Amino acid sequence: MHHWKRMAASGCGQFWNNSSLTVKARELRVHKHDFTIHEAHQLLKKRELSSVELTKAVLERIHRVENKVHSFITVTEDIALFQARQADERIKAGDISPLTGVPALIKDIICTKGVKTTCASKMLENFVPPYDATVVERLKSAGMVMMGKGNMDEFAMGSSTENSAFFPTRNPWDLERVPGGSSGGSAASVAADEAIYSLGSDTGGSIRQPAGFCSVVGLKPTYGRVSRYGLVAFASSLDQIGPLTKDVTDSALVMNVIAGHDPRDSTSVNQPVPDYTKSLIPDLKGLFIGVPKEYFVKGMESGVEQVIRQAISKLEELGAKVEWEVSLPHTLYALACYYIIAPSEAMANLARYDGVKYGFSAKEAENMWDAMEKTRQYGFGPEVKRRIMLGTYALSAGYYEAYYLKAQKVRTLISREFAEAFKKYDALVTPTSPTVPFKIGERVDAPLEMYLSDVCTLPVNIAGIPGISVPAGFVDGLPVGMQILGKPFSEETLFRVAYTYEQATGWHKRRPKL
Amino acid sequence: MHIAKLARLGLTEDEVEKFREQLSNILENFEILKQVDTTNVPPTFHPVALTNVLRDDEVAPSYPPKEILANAPLEEDGCFRVRAVLE
Repeated sequence: MHHWKRMAASGCGQFWNNSSLTVKARELRVHKHDFTIHEAHQLLKKRELSSVELTKAVLERIHRVENKVHSFITVTEDIALFQARQADERIKAGDISPLTGVPALIKDIICTKGVKTTCASKMLENFVPPYDATVVERLKSAGMVMMGKGNMDEFAMGSSTENSAFFPTRNPWDLERVPGGSSGGSAASVAADEAIYSLGSDTGGSIRQPAGFCSVVGLKPTYGRVSRYGLVAFASSLDQIGPLTKDVTDSALVMNVIAGHDPRDSTSVNQPVPDYTKSLIPDLKGLFIGVPKEYFVKGMESGVEQVIRQAISKLEELGAKVEWEVSLPHTLYALACYYIIAPSEAMANLARYDGVKYGFSAKEAENMWDAMEKTRQYGFGPEVKRRIMLGTYALSAGYYEAYYLKAQKVRTLISREFAEAFKKYDALVTPTSPTVPFKIGERVDAPLEMYLSDVCTLPVNIAGIPGISVPAGFVDGLPVGMQILGKPFSEETLFRVAYTYEQATGWHKRRPKL
Repeated sequence: MHIAKLARLGLTEDEVEKFREQLSNILENFEILKQVDTTNVPPTFHPVALTNVLRDDEVAPSYPPKEILANAPLEEDGCFRVRAVLE
């Protein structure tokens, strides 16, 4: 039933004026919760659907499947209904933009005024931000309906959402498996139709890897494209906020709202924002795509490799010129480089949790130092402690040059190698992750193995370039994501490649049975 | 143990033992970086080459102290209350 509606609603680039959609949708008696942003927008605009109706349908869906998936740390039902009524007022007054009245989930690391923002940590279990992140402010002005806050690995450290201090999120495609991480709640909620779209954050793959694991579209924009103001800091030179959506069109629509310069984030780049929907062109003619062989790593599952090679052949078939044997030799060092830089920055950023200004504070203590240690002992989970230790080591006297400085030099070489490749290629295509979603519990006590699941995504953050993951097929019913990379501020090229592939294959129309 | 102290994590002995093993294993894998020749390569501390970003020195509304202090574990007379640093 779900597939039929999605097919009826697609049709290359015709979504804005497809007047037959409503009729077809009604004939097929589809569920309102599985609309994309652009499908919902069309009905809202014609006033054939109200935001309150849509919001209630999504809330009902949450009530029905959330006990299986566990995407949400907080469901903000009252706020959602209030914002939906406000959106309906606006629409009545003729004030509507593509996101007006559409339900969304926000990862719980992005500050929301008056709504708990926990980072899935006991440290911030009761933290209520006094302000909105810039992205939330922008979405609110566009008429967002906030359904709640998404589960994640504590402080975004992890690749499976098992490091949440509260509970793990489950993969809607197989409830015994992880949804990926750290934005696991953001990805699972969209795949399970508990939100029409969501925001995540990506420091080493935290948007793209869960998007791949849950068969949704996830974009990590160029560093500096989206404001980080109000994003709780993990590794400041790597973090970036981006959308997780049901298709590429929706990703472009969310980027149109959240991208742009923000004087409150000194690292946000002052460059004009294009209308990203203009790059949704189903044609790859004239594009030169490279396939870096180092991303087909040792230990990669053969099923995943097969799916990705088929997907790349499809790009060739669709008109792209493909170079199959590109070499980026420094890719080999990206994992070590990342796991020195990210923990070093994290250790400095997390020094602020001292139990004085906000967050958990141990009351029973002998003196100031004892209070601080007890606060951090109780407030942080094992992975956060592990990374603080790693960062402290890499920055400590005697090791700074051998680890931290060395890693920053290797970072230069990795960035140069990408820059060189993008002189020749418009885009690079790789797997998003070397495996399909793994079983819950499988890697919890093997940190190094867990780190390996980000091996294809983290070089991208090291260089600050953009990357998108799109659904590329399945192995035994489990999703596989294809990653497309480009030079800084080339999101339009990524959207074009992703859109063409999506429209030609239709993998995004498949929904998990829940 | 020295690192654990620097990080102010209040680790238990069991945790120290577990982390020691895991971190040695991780650090061993990082030895791979030694293979890379970085002679004359400058470090990249940031992906975007930015110089200092300054704003004009203008008076703008700030957050009300009451809202900021609402999350404070201990508060007194509009200030954060802390334990004695020197005893």
